[in-house]
Amino acid sequence: MIKYSEDHEWIKMDGDVGTVGITDYAQKALGDVVFVELPPAGDSFAKGDEVAVVESVKAASEIYAPVTGEIVEINGTLEDAPETVNSSPMDNAWFFKIKLSDMSELDGMLSEEDYNAFVEGLE
Amino acid sequence: MRYLPLSDTDRSEMLDTVGVASVDDLFVDVPKSAQQGVSFDLPSHASEMEVEKIMSSMAAKNISAGSVPFFLGAGAYKHHVPATVDHLIQRGEFLTAYTPYQPEISQGTLQCLFEFQTQVAQLTGMDVANASLYDGSTGCGEAVLMSRRVTRRKNAFLSGNLHGHYGDVAKTLTSFTDDNVESLSPTPHDAKADIDALMALVDKDTSCVVVQNPNVFGEVLDLTPLAEKLHENGALLVVVVTEVISLGAIKSPGEMGADIVVGEGQSIGNGLNFGGPYLGLFATRQKFLRQMPGRLCGETEDATGKRGYVLTLSTREQHIRREKATSNICTNSGLCALAFTIHMTLLGEAGFRALAKLNHKHTVDLKAALGKVSDVEVLSNSFFNELAVVLPQPATEVVEALAAKEILAGVPASRLFPNADGLDNILLMAATECVSESDIAALVTALWEVLS
Amino acid sequence: MMNRQGRPSQPEKNAPNKGIQTSTGNYGLDIEEPLSYELGNIHTSGVDLPSCGEFESSLGGLERNSDIGIAGLSEPEVLRHYTRLSRKNYAIDMGLYPLGSCTMKHNPRLNEKMARLAGFADIHPLQPQSTVQGALQVMDTLSHWLKELTGMPAVSMSPKAGAHGELCGLMAIRAAHEAAGNPREYVLVPESAHGTNPATATLCGYKVKTIPAEADGRVHAALLKEYLDENCAAIMLTNPNTCGLFEREIIEIADAVHEVGALFYCDGANFNAIMGRVRPGDLGIDAMHLNLHKTFSTPHGGGGPGSGPVVFSERVAPYMPVPLLENDADLALVEGMDVPNSIGRLTAFHGQMGMFTRALTYMLSHGADGLKQASDDAVLSANYIMASLQDVMSVSFEGPCMHEVLFDDRFLKDRGVSTLDFAKAMIDEGFHPMTMYFPLVVHGAMLIEPTESESKASLDQFITSLRSLAEATKQDDVTRFTGAPHFAPLQRLDETAAARSPILKWTPKAE
Repeated sequence: MIKYSEDHEWIKMDGDVGTVGITDYAQKALGDVVFVELPPAGDSFAKGDEVAVVESVKAASEIYAPVTGEIVEINGTLEDAPETVNSSPMDNAWFFKIKLSDMSELDGMLSEEDYNAFVEGLE
Repeated sequence: MRYLPLSDTDRSEMLDTVGVASVDDLFVDVPKSAQQGVSFDLPSHASEMEVEKIMSSMAAKNISAGSVPFFLGAGAYKHHVPATVDHLIQRGEFLTAYTPYQPEISQGTLQCLFEFQTQVAQLTGMDVANASLYDGSTGCGEAVLMSRRVTRRKNAFLSGNLHGHYGDVAKTLTSFTDDNVESLSPTPHDAKADIDALMALVDKDTSCVVVQNPNVFGEVLDLTPLAEKLHENGALLVVVVTEVISLGAIKSPGEMGADIVVGEGQSIGNGLNFGGPYLGLFATRQKFLRQMPGRLCGETEDATGKRGYVLTLSTREQHIRREKATSNICTNSGLCALAFTIHMTLLGEAGFRALAKLNHKHTVDLKAALGKVSDVEVLSNSFFNELAVVLPQPATEVVEALAAKEILAGVPASRLFPNADGLDNILLMAATECVSESDIAALVTALWEVLS
Repeated sequence: MMNRQGRPSQPEKNAPNKGIQTSTGNYGLDIEEPLSYELGNIHTSGVDLPSCGEFESSLGGLERNSDIGIAGLSEPEVLRHYTRLSRKNYAIDMGLYPLGSCTMKHNPRLNEKMARLAGFADIHPLQPQSTVQGALQVMDTLSHWLKELTGMPAVSMSPKAGAHGELCGLMAIRAAHEAAGNPREYVLVPESAHGTNPATATLCGYKVKTIPAEADGRVHAALLKEYLDENCAAIMLTNPNTCGLFEREIIEIADAVHEVGALFYCDGANFNAIMGRVRPGDLGIDAMHLNLHKTFSTPHGGGGPGSGPVVFSERVAPYMPVPLLENDADLALVEGMDVPNSIGRLTAFHGQMGMFTRALTYMLSHGADGLKQASDDAVLSANYIMASLQDVMSVSFEGPCMHEVLFDDRFLKDRGVSTLDFAKAMIDEGFHPMTMYFPLVVHGAMLIEPTESESKASLDQFITSLRSLAEATKQDDVTRFTGAPHFAPLQRLDETAAARSPILKWTPKAE
């Protein structure tokens, strides 16, 4: 199952652990990504907390936790290859895996269809 | 007015183009009430000759370092600056350029900054250096804030033998953040006691310890054990160097395990200038790069593949991050950094080491000469070019008496630590390459007279 | 027979000059220059020092034994290396430098000469004060000028630059609130503000609330009141603002701010528009920094040093940083940390003396009359540019403007040319570009500040050039813009590569 947020993040669920990244729309809006700052594994965040930062040459964008939970794994490859965010936002450039503390938070998120409609509305 | 090229004819033609009758009409948005009855208790314009006279008469009231036997240090040092340095920094292309935001027409400034960053990284023994901060003291405050960002801890400890102004600046800068910055008391008689006390304070909540080397009393320290203790606790060692020429003689902070090195670069290429403008050196380890404040210059290529330089990693800075920036700093000390770079290239490693050796030699000579003055005790054992000396009388009085004899003898320690006890009789002295044998002889003679 | 032919003294007509590959990579005066590290080595020195022979050192066994790596060059090589590099820079000395909000005015060389007098350049900050009375007199005289020009009762000379001045001002404001029992919670900053403003507020422990820009580019007291309450500590407002406009309702704004007990910080970066005409003290301002490196002509030096003294109202003055300068029988610096109420020390020593001497020299040269004329000329020149370009470029806000004029990219719509392209094409025309993409309140901002230092001929050449560029954007082929600059030492640089894998120092090539 994959869900989306209005902040242009996706979360792919496997049991109670979700893998989080940013969408193709988001990477295009950011331009060439030059750095990704990730949280330390083990830290906990509430939904809406600032959890990571994506930087392009002229902008820095905060990534907010789409759900509440504990970071169980981060994607260390982004440190050396931030350009992956541009080339493979939905697959190789996942940011972190988070263990959800409240599965019901997913209910408030967008389906793929809803997200695509949301993005169309922005353009 | 000689600086204003527009003639009255030009002005009236321009007003016609704009379509207003007078310049006053361009200020319609300024409240009338604020424009009426404004007068100033200030003189009218003056010729170059007149201005020179006024400024020169003020300059003449000061005793300049080069005109007398001179032994002041304590964060600002009298060194010889080669003529080439001042000539080059006065080239208009360097002097009158802005921050190099347009790299295609700023490669001169940018390449010099790249050389500067390389020199600072090498001198401090660190991986990366920025393109300069205002001065050493503000850099010290920035290092405390940076340690907080890196460790996400709030407790910083400052050595008691850190230059008093530097400690004060760090405390002021963090007055309204929730950092806890604690300063120990100066220990002029026992440098090791201060390090031991710092070691005892470090725990898992410590963000950093700030130590000056050589310390404000001139003592050279091995900081390796302190670094180890800090790293065991996940905390950072910040090393402050106020006399950058010491790095040509003593082991670098990087070799001793420093995580951040803050330096005052004035000694190379820059004059005393009554305290400013000076040059903040700031270097750290690669892994902390993204938390470093200040501008950075990096290498890249242009559209045709030619090597060039740009300001980079600017997402750390205020003009992009605004309230989330690593620092509010914007301006750096570009021209002072240029003077530093040119002087350092003139010296080269060989000249830099020779200069350091000469400074140390003159200070060894000074210590020997002072040792012969009765009732004067030199506290420093291991030192570079500064000594702490205990006098039989308050240092401030002795300094004034010697100044009356046209000898500038040093800085009373109490001037740096106005609230500390037991420092009244301690004088901080420095001997650079500019100090001659006859200067030392004159000092010793005058000291005998003043103390008798 | 003697050779009477001599050398040719007229050029060949239509001599070929394209496509030549020189063996050096240099092209006439356009000379490639490697790094000092690629030219020199650790054994060469351009300095002769007296030998000190052997002696017993007292370094505590902490000698630095391994190589540091600093490359040295002989003196002639140093002179040539840095002279060659200097020629790759644009500078005010070379031409118009219209960077908005940066005030790139003429830097008189008398300033440089005065700052280098031994009595100023070669004195130590901690000499006995009896030996530096002339230096203190410079500080005192400059303080007097700054207080008179701003109509404010107090000034702190400590801050090292504009942003440092903001910190000084806002910290004193916070201290004033704390002394009254409540530091308050947030600072109001307009959308058009310099990035240093919000960064400073954060350092002072305040949240930042942004006031949106209104259609005429100004802050209005009516809207402001909606954002103001008892938790507001201060407003930080630039006036004239970064759109080049004077805040018409400034007095009403000050009244509204004071009504809720908040204080008014003014960013004085744009003071060059109003010197000798308006005193900020008459507008209800509580603290304001002045950039000596903008308004008072101390050189920018490729990024600094600056100097940012802060003037204060009676209400905030007691919280100024140390040292304080007292003028009794003798001039004296009060340096202790025990000055009641002071926020403490912001920097070692006493501020940027080297900038004080330059700024004071500039002020004495102008006099009060000359400073007013300078402001008038700066404002007139900006309005002249606005009037001369408004039919071909899009002026963002109706005039009159103050000392800078803001354009946006509406005139480039559908032409395949961005603000960046347009600015880079100015380089080919022999000008430094204007400030671009700032302020953020209009799209593709181009902020032009000519200053008072330009002759009418210089302004006219600039106007003609921009008009021809604006015309050229209508052509089908815009590579003139998208590929610009074509005639600079380098073409556009890859900033993405620089940021992705930062190379921040020279390293020896692997053997």
